[in-house]
Amino acid sequence: MSDLNTQAVARYKNNFLREVEERVEEGNMVKMCMQCGVCAGSCPFGPHWQHSPQKIFMMIRAGKREELLTSDSMWMCTSCYNCIVRCPRKLPITHIIHGLANYAHRLKLVPKGQPTRDVTKLFWDNLMKVGRINELTFSLALYFKDGLVQGIKNSLAMQSAGLGLLKAGRLNPMEIFGGHKCKEQSGIHRMIAKAREIEDGRRGLLA
Amino acid sequence: MADNKFAAYICSGCGIGDTLDIAGLEKIATREGKMALVKSHPFLCNAEGVQLIKDDIEKEAVTHICVAACSRRAKTEAFNFPTVSMSRANLREGVLWVVAEGAEHDEVRQEMAEDYIRMGCAEVKKMSLPQGNAKRDQTQNKTILVVGGGMSGMTAALASAEAGYEVALVEKTAALGGFAGKLWKRVPFSSPYADPQATGVAEMAAKISANGRIKVHLNTTVAETGGAPGRFKVKLAQESGVVNDMTVGAIIQASGFTPYDMAKLPELGAGQANVVDQAGLEAMACAANGGAIKRADGKEVKSVVFVQCAGQRDETGTHLAYCSGHCCATSIKQAMYFKDANPEVDTVVVYDDLRVPGMGEDFYRSAQKKGVVFTKGKASKVTGGDSCKVEFTDLILDEPTSVDADLVVLATGQVANAGVNLDAWTEVNTAAEGGNEEAKQKRSEMKTISVLNLDYRQGPDVPQFKYGFADSHFICFPYETRRTGIYAAGPMRRPMDMLQATEDATGAAMKAIQAVENAAQGRAAHPRAGDLSYPIVRLEGCTQCKRCTVECPFGAIDEDEKRFPVFNEERCRRCGTCMGACPVRVISFENYSCDTVGMQVKAVNVPDEDEEKPRILILACENDAYPALDMAGVQRLTYSAYVRAIPVRCLGSVNTIWITDALNQGFDGVMMMGCKKGDDYQCHFVKGSEMAYYRLSKIGDTLTQLGLEPERVVTEEVAITDNARVAKLINDYAAQLNDLGLSPMKGFG
Repeated sequence: MSDLNTQAVARYKNNFLREVEERVEEGNMVKMCMQCGVCAGSCPFGPHWQHSPQKIFMMIRAGKREELLTSDSMWMCTSCYNCIVRCPRKLPITHIIHGLANYAHRLKLVPKGQPTRDVTKLFWDNLMKVGRINELTFSLALYFKDGLVQGIKNSLAMQSAGLGLLKAGRLNPMEIFGGHKCKEQSGIHRMIAKAREIEDGRRGLLA
Repeated sequence: MADNKFAAYICSGCGIGDTLDIAGLEKIATREGKMALVKSHPFLCNAEGVQLIKDDIEKEAVTHICVAACSRRAKTEAFNFPTVSMSRANLREGVLWVVAEGAEHDEVRQEMAEDYIRMGCAEVKKMSLPQGNAKRDQTQNKTILVVGGGMSGMTAALASAEAGYEVALVEKTAALGGFAGKLWKRVPFSSPYADPQATGVAEMAAKISANGRIKVHLNTTVAETGGAPGRFKVKLAQESGVVNDMTVGAIIQASGFTPYDMAKLPELGAGQANVVDQAGLEAMACAANGGAIKRADGKEVKSVVFVQCAGQRDETGTHLAYCSGHCCATSIKQAMYFKDANPEVDTVVVYDDLRVPGMGEDFYRSAQKKGVVFTKGKASKVTGGDSCKVEFTDLILDEPTSVDADLVVLATGQVANAGVNLDAWTEVNTAAEGGNEEAKQKRSEMKTISVLNLDYRQGPDVPQFKYGFADSHFICFPYETRRTGIYAAGPMRRPMDMLQATEDATGAAMKAIQAVENAAQGRAAHPRAGDLSYPIVRLEGCTQCKRCTVECPFGAIDEDEKRFPVFNEERCRRCGTCMGACPVRVISFENYSCDTVGMQVKAVNVPDEDEEKPRILILACENDAYPALDMAGVQRLTYSAYVRAIPVRCLGSVNTIWITDALNQGFDGVMMMGCKKGDDYQCHFVKGSEMAYYRLSKIGDTLTQLGLEPERVVTEEVAITDNARVAKLINDYAAQLNDLGLSPMKGFG
């Protein structure tokens, strides 16, 4: 739970649909869903979702806020865009699902250890450091995210792939010392901060 | 009348002459057909060939012709000789195109062609030129009576008047408008289908009162209707008791619907405070006049739940079994009443399937944009009161849940105002006529809901179909009831919305206009529109058995005091069901009779037993089965050359004498091909094929008595698209008969 979550609950009371409309990317399109179920039927990961996209839209209308935002359903999306292509009502379903995931993350409601969220967060943090992805440090961070012992196990398991990349010249061990950087790092940081400020302002997420 | 002169014309075009022995056919027409004049032509349907026939009619005084060429359904414009009687021998689709190719089939092919020539010649000899309804000077009234002043009735009245016809518009209440007049707004009829629109009732009523051709009768009901198209006699009873007699040409019944009584839905909160039906909400919206909608207790409605399918699509048999079609769009419209006045009002529609016909999907989308919430669920309980509660099963999340609201609206369905149920009526009426006092009492009670009060022997209203809606030939001829000249429009014939009702009304008006015009010319209405023949009855032979009056699908036949049938020619559709029903064969048409078909059956040359060539008679409905046979030919699907097909107006017109004659003569089997019967009938005459099946069900015993197997007579349902199937049916039946062996009746005929 976070302050942001407490504020949201106070602000929207039981009107989860309105909360989604105002705060989630493309959330204003949720109301246009006609519950045909083509999205749920089209999703290649469908059987693995706790709540299918169709049900997610219904839960939003039914005000099942807590249940939805703490579920890991929207983290199952692989961005294949099948649902967007097929939706007869032209809902940007993939974007809404990502928006919901992002919103749950911002409210700190995501279940602990959700792997998609963890990878995404590592990726984002790595990227933001110097303005581009450092593949070596990103891989290592991923391997060691669950501690030293697990990290060594993971590294050994991926040993041959790593050596292969090394031989092919696709992996530079010197990158561990920082590696390539963008020229104007502070500029990038300022730009991202500003974008975030604008976005949060628009979505009413400013503290 | 001049002497009859018979001529036969044989076409050798389209390959007929290459495959068939034309000289042989000419010989048959002359010697056996006894035609005075027999000519052949290589291209009979071209200008020269047609001129040949015309010249003979003019110069040689030919009165009856047999055209042996293609199917009677082909080249009808070329072979159009209205001053003579004509039969058609089907050599192309019936022989050339369906008999297998090759010299080994030459013999049976030629025999088939020869039989068709014999049949064509035999038929035309029994035909005479139809003269049209002799009483047509009495059927000249072209006024159109519209019963019901709602949206359907007003539209029908305006459409008829704008086409130039006098209209009498009867409305039982004090004002035009009907159910539409009670609405605040209506569902949009045109793009962008986004917002509720003004009903337009006032404008229509003004247009009607400004139209000199329309006479409006308010506070008036139809006390009695008698007669037939072109000469309906109606009694219009005003509320004050004054009765006016009037003659009209055709009638459009637009008696509308009544909302399903919500008192029958106590589990959905009927009778409790702040639970209303859609009509109730319209009244509240009218009272609000565009402002915030207020409850009976004066409180402004801030949240409203619409419960769809309330007492509809009910599988338990307690409530309406059907979907009324309009209620989803109506609830969407009503939710917009709230959203348009105040977007902060919570509007929830609990639906099972949202059904919005026409362009309703756009309207549905518009409501979603306005923030109306749609929840797929099935309501189980509604509690009224200051704070209402709707308990329902969420069908997506599959769990019981509930929603609170200030007001609950139940979407109840449409119940047709179609008058008396004739099946129930017949039962009660029979008992009443037998002197049962209780039945007499019940009969008078039943009659209070009658709309037309017809004095027909078949009962006071138009026959009903499913669920109390008026029958209106749903597949081929919407608006057509089984009472000629009376047309059904709007939700009394099937559940529908306002736009559909206006389209219906326009269609019914066009049908009514056709009816009065045909009646004035002494011709039949659809589906034999323009047919000048009509049933002629030899009353001296009639045994008063009443089969014709009972079996006529259109209630065309009444009975006089001596119980003889009284034919109302204008009500007749010329299907011949009466002719098929008559056990003493006293009913006939000038160009279609027991003789015209019977003589064809007798003309067929049935080979002796030792020739081992069976003969199968096909009696095919001319509307669907015969075209299917023709199409089989067009597609060059081959079938047995042992069949001889005769088109009949309707399977209902098949008189069992034809079957007996055929079997006596040595035919090995009889196939009757007619349209689908039952609830999803395709019979052009509604009940004709059903009658044929019924009659055939009784023929089995007769066959057994004759020492024949019941399989020698079969009936098949054939649709117009069944061209491949029909060829297979014939071949299968031929194979079956082959197993059965030749008929033992051969040689006795």
